[in-house]
Amino acid sequence: MTENNNNDNTGDGANQRVVGTPTDTADVVTEVPAGAESEHNGPYLASETHPRGEEQQRRGEKIASLWFILAFLGGIGFIVSYFLFPPTAEGPAIADPQISQYSNMLLGGTLTVALFGIGAGMTVWARNIMPHYEVASPYDEMPSKEEEKSSFSDFFMKSADESGITKRPLMRRTLIAAMLPLGIAPIVLLRDTGPVPGDLMKHTRWADGMRMYVEGTHRYIRAEDLENDPYGMISALPALNDEEYPHGISLNDQAKSVILLIKMPEDDWKDGMDSPVREGSDETHLNWTHQGIVAYSKICTHVGCPAALYERTTHRILCPCHQSTFDAADAAKVVFGPAHRALPQLPIGVDDEGYLVARGDFNEPTGPTFWEYAKD
Amino acid sequence: MSKTTQAPKALRGVGNFIDDRFHLAKTGEKNLRKVFPNHWSFMLGEIALYSFIILLVTGVFLTLWFKPSMVEVVYDGSYERLQGVPMSEAFASTLYIDFDVRGGFLVRQIHHWAALIFLASLVVHMLRNFFTGAFRKPRELNWIIGVLIFALAIVEGLFGYSLPDDLPSGMGVRILQGVMLSIPLVGSYISMFLFGGEFPGEDIITRLYMLHVLLIPAILLALIVAHVFIVWIQKHTQYPGQGRSEKAVVGTPMFPGFAVKAGGFFFFTFAVIAGLSAFVQINPIHLFGPFTPTSITSGLQPDWYMGFLEGSLRLFPNTLDFQIFGYPILTSVLVPGLGAMGLLFGALGAWPFIEQWITGDKAAKNMADRPRNAPVRTALGVAGITVYGVLWLAGSNDVLSETFSISLYLTTYIFRVLVFVGPVVAFIVTKRICLGLQRRDRETLEHGYESGTVQQLPSGEFIEVHKESSEDTVAVLESKPVITSTALEEDATDEKGVENPAARKPMGKFRRALAHWYTKDNVSFDGVQAHTGHHLHHSADHGDDKAH
Repeated sequence: MTENNNNDNTGDGANQRVVGTPTDTADVVTEVPAGAESEHNGPYLASETHPRGEEQQRRGEKIASLWFILAFLGGIGFIVSYFLFPPTAEGPAIADPQISQYSNMLLGGTLTVALFGIGAGMTVWARNIMPHYEVASPYDEMPSKEEEKSSFSDFFMKSADESGITKRPLMRRTLIAAMLPLGIAPIVLLRDTGPVPGDLMKHTRWADGMRMYVEGTHRYIRAEDLENDPYGMISALPALNDEEYPHGISLNDQAKSVILLIKMPEDDWKDGMDSPVREGSDETHLNWTHQGIVAYSKICTHVGCPAALYERTTHRILCPCHQSTFDAADAAKVVFGPAHRALPQLPIGVDDEGYLVARGDFNEPTGPTFWEYAKD
Repeated sequence: MSKTTQAPKALRGVGNFIDDRFHLAKTGEKNLRKVFPNHWSFMLGEIALYSFIILLVTGVFLTLWFKPSMVEVVYDGSYERLQGVPMSEAFASTLYIDFDVRGGFLVRQIHHWAALIFLASLVVHMLRNFFTGAFRKPRELNWIIGVLIFALAIVEGLFGYSLPDDLPSGMGVRILQGVMLSIPLVGSYISMFLFGGEFPGEDIITRLYMLHVLLIPAILLALIVAHVFIVWIQKHTQYPGQGRSEKAVVGTPMFPGFAVKAGGFFFFTFAVIAGLSAFVQINPIHLFGPFTPTSITSGLQPDWYMGFLEGSLRLFPNTLDFQIFGYPILTSVLVPGLGAMGLLFGALGAWPFIEQWITGDKAAKNMADRPRNAPVRTALGVAGITVYGVLWLAGSNDVLSETFSISLYLTTYIFRVLVFVGPVVAFIVTKRICLGLQRRDRETLEHGYESGTVQQLPSGEFIEVHKESSEDTVAVLESKPVITSTALEEDATDEKGVENPAARKPMGKFRRALAHWYTKDNVSFDGVQAHTGHHLHHSADHGDDKAH
């Protein structure tokens, strides 16, 4: 019944009626329902109100109450579920992931029932008991009247003139000058949020003769380890000595120093390996390898994800984040994707005991490429 | 059902107490009578508002246990599989919320789901406003506030996602840092200052925490309050229909009708979010493990709203990178990482003013457009969605490549083409659909609707009987505005043969070209009267009516 009536009040002059505005008519409205609509006691005009039939209202009340009862039970269930599974206990406790999941489902499920019940009950209430209203309310004319505007502007300029701010430039300018340093001060105060970059990002822990740990272990790496490795690739970190670094290598150092050790048949090297490791250097990329083993930074030069995927047959290193692809057989040059430059290479060799060691630091800063990366 | 009665004594007491101090009776009644138009699309913004409230409440709960600290601890909490693993306190305290706080897991998932739904409803709400022209005068500034909320919500979401310091979230922070580093001249300084040193440092979680729980939510809250307040003052737009006009808004008053409906809707929104959090696992950080800068898993996916940035980072090649005096200009990071954001929010924020500049229409608009009646705007919107959608899909190209067994690089090439071709096709198709709908509207207005009843005429001809549309339909159809531009009215010469100086300048010419592009092709409803078409022979007369 309400669907048919949705708009029938608005055509016949109802949109001239002013509801919800502080105009005179709005004040009158509440007093109108005397007279023709004497049976109507609602706050809005009878012509704007489409009441529900008594039968519908009775049914609506029952349905809404059912929903509210369901919501009440849901709420009780929520509180019961809370106490059902204690945090730690002999029996079922949420410390067990499985139980934690049950607890989550039970708490969430009962909460959902409680919330949905209230929502549904309120909707039934609004749709079956409450009258449906379609009320018109005028849009306010936004721009002020011309005389209001000019009066305002007049007042503002007169007051400003009177204050002297317009006529006393010395005072005005010195005030602005006085504010300026204070405006900059908060930015100055941020200076100590961190060090200036300097050379920080250009050096790593690697040094001549430093052995390597398999990442996540304290196991040194020998050249033979790569022969036996099914992936032909080992992720490694500098082996800092435990006395100096009792907590192991820091995350900062890990982020800069982590390398991929890759072993490949020496015939597979491409021409790029014969180029110098950096401009004007006598060393070539090939000089920096050891018996078919090459060490590249594992951190992608694009935005810094670990380029951790290595395909043995094609010698390609792939970063799973944005798919920059580097050719391990060709000085880790970029063959696909967004990375700006090749992965930096670490010079390697073996020490007297046959362990793989670094023979210095990387040829370029590791990690995401930045403005001054190529400068000393 | 009582007769008009006085309020109960207690209520009167409170009311008088407040009114004695704030003089609110009149204002209060006015606001209780505020009218809300009835249309489902007006509830999208409500969903966003309610999700935000849920975010605030659940967020407060999470802060009771979360420790925004990067101090390394060895985990010895309840979750057995990670015992003995070194991790940050942030990660350990998140595990504590999951496995030692009853309901903690649920609230964390509600917080995450609410964030996803907040952004989703916000975006759909924004699209509704765009396609119906609700951003036009006098609502441009509220549109801009909305765009700011959108931008801040993305940042807020990213920072919140980063706080638990699990593997994927740490990688998100790493990518953020990589993008910062690409900024010419100051990139490394910005990164050093934000991170308190090198990546990851020991400060970033603490700092992101402050931004996530204090600064950004405070700004968001202020913007949202302003947003709602401005709607309150300017009132909602409304869709065309019988009795609707530029002068008055028609709808359900705030009290009691809208209050109860909206209250119910809040509970529905919360129920959906709670239901998702109960049964659909999200961000299971205990399975991801703590962040280390050296490990990663493949198939990592950010939260949905970061997807388009992730996708553009994947698509943009390094071929446009160049060097100046040995310093790199990293277009491959700058363009997708910062340019995409700038373009999206810049274009959104500028559109109301661009459209107004093209049409020269300075009038206030309270009637919402039907999207078909503004075909170029609608087509542009769909083209924009297409670009966004392609970039968003490209953010999952590894997953797509694996799922559909196509080469990873091929997906990249396909997306690189699609990001240019897709919007053009979308624009053309959408505009044609809009114009087709306009023609059908004109047809319906003139001839009524097709009843499905087929009659045979005495001559033997079969016709379909058209019936008159309802008055409401007629009102909707007749409301079609004529899209014109003042630029087209400014003829090159005036009646005295003097050329219009503005129209001669390059900007004037450009504007005329845009105005022509923006207004052409619309189906004219000029002279069309409701139900005056030739019912019986309408197929014969068809052609003449269609001139446009």
